[in-house]
Amino acid sequence: MKMFVTPGYAQEAAPAEGGAHDAAAGADASHGTETHASTEHGKGEFPPFNPQYYPSQILWLAITFGLFYLFLKKVVLPRVGGILEVRRDRIAGDLDQAALMKAEADAAVAAYEQELAAARSKAGAIGQEARDSAKAEAEAQRKVIEKELESKLAESEARIASIKSAAMNEVGSIAEDTAVAIVQQLVGGKADKAAVAAAVKSARE
Amino acid sequence: MANDPIHQFQISKLIPIEIGGMDFSFTNSSLFMVLTAASAGAFLYMTTSQRGLIPSRLQSISEMSYEFIANMLRDAAGSHGMKFFPLVFSLFMFVLVANLWGMFPYFFTVTSHIIVTFALALLVIGTVIIYGFLKHGFGFLKLFVPHGVPGILVPLVVMIEVISFLSRPISLSVRLFANMLAGHITLKVFAGFVTSLSAMGAVGVVGSVLPLAMTVALTALEFLVAFLQAYVFAVLTCMYLNDALHPGH
Repeated sequence: MKMFVTPGYAQEAAPAEGGAHDAAAGADASHGTETHASTEHGKGEFPPFNPQYYPSQILWLAITFGLFYLFLKKVVLPRVGGILEVRRDRIAGDLDQAALMKAEADAAVAAYEQELAAARSKAGAIGQEARDSAKAEAEAQRKVIEKELESKLAESEARIASIKSAAMNEVGSIAEDTAVAIVQQLVGGKADKAAVAAAVKSARE
Repeated sequence: MANDPIHQFQISKLIPIEIGGMDFSFTNSSLFMVLTAASAGAFLYMTTSQRGLIPSRLQSISEMSYEFIANMLRDAAGSHGMKFFPLVFSLFMFVLVANLWGMFPYFFTVTSHIIVTFALALLVIGTVIIYGFLKHGFGFLKLFVPHGVPGILVPLVVMIEVISFLSRPISLSVRLFANMLAGHITLKVFAGFVTSLSAMGAVGVVGSVLPLAMTVALTALEFLVAFLQAYVFAVLTCMYLNDALHPGH
C-alpha cells in the first residue's frame, strides 16, 4: 500500500501528507516530522496507541456500555423475550385450536355420513313399505273384482240356462201348434190336440 | 489534511474533565459511545414498544437480532449459557452499532481504538474467569488439562493451553480493532486517490474512475466487515463463556 501511496502524494507535492502516511504504514514517524501538519495529536503518535486518552475512553466506555447493558437487561430484553413468548404461545394455542376444530369437523362429517346412511336406509324402508302396501291393495282389489266377475258370470250362466230351458219348453208348444196347423192344412178338420202333443213329445225324446 | 487517513482516528476534547490528575475528558470518542449506546437502545426500545403479535418491519429487526444472538449462545454454550445472554447481546449490539456509525464520513469509529476493544475483551475474559472460579472452584483449572493426553505431554499441553487462554483477550481485541482501523485507512487512501488524481487534469480524472469504483466496493466490504466483526466478537464471547460453564470440555 505504501508503494502506491507515496508516489501519488509525492506528485502532488504535499510532504505533510506523505509524512502522515508513513506513520500510518508503521514507518518511523520522525521521517516526516519536519513538515508534520497534524498539530492536534501533538507528539505525532498514532492516535490509537496514544495513551493520553486511555483513561477517558475506558471511563466513558464503562459508563455508556454499563448503562446500555443495564437498559437492555432490565427493559429491552425482557420485553422482546415477552413478545416472542406471547407469539409462541399464541401460535401453539392457535395450532391446538385448529387441531380441535379439525377433530370437530371430522366428527361432524362422520355424524353427517351416519345420518345420511340412516336416512337412506329409512327411505329405502319407506319405499319398500309403500311398494308392498300398494301391491297388497292391488291384489285385494283384483280379488274383489275377480269375485264380482265370477258372480256375474254365474248369474249370466244361470240366466242363459233358464232362458234356454224356457225356450226349450216353448219349442214343444210351438211344435204342437205347428203340427196342428200342418195337420189341419193337410188333413182338414180338427186335429186331435192330445194326439199331436203325444206325437211331438215322442218325437222330441 | 483532508487526505490524511489517520486524521479520522484523532481524539479531540469536547468537554475537558480532569479528576485526580487523570484526563477523563468528554471527547469525540465519548460522544460516539453515547451515540452508539443511545441509538441502539432507542432503536430496540422504540421498535418493540408496540409489542405487536405480528411484528412491523423494524420490530422484526429487533426480534431477529434477539433470536440470532440467543440461538448463537444456545448452540455454543447450551441452555445454561442463557444467563449471559444480556451480556452477549449488549456486546454484539454495541460493537455492531459502533461499527456502523463509523461508516459515516467524518464520524468517529469507537472500535478503531485498541483500548476500547481491549476493555471489551477484558470484560469477556474477566467474566469467564470470575464465573468459572465461582461456579467450579479450582475445577475450573481443568480447562487447561484436556482429557486423554498422555502423562508426559501434560506439562507441555497445559503450557500451550495457558498461553492460548492468555492470548484470547489480545486476539479478541486486536481482531476487531485492526479490522476497523485497516478498513477505514484503506477506504480513506482510495478515496484520497480519487481527489489527488482528479487534480491532475483530464487524464487524472479518467484515471480516478478506478479508485472511485474501488472506494464504492470497499464501502460495501466495510459494511460487511462491520457486521462480521460484531458477529465474530459475539461468537467468540459465546465460546469463551462455554469454557466457563463447562471447563472439562
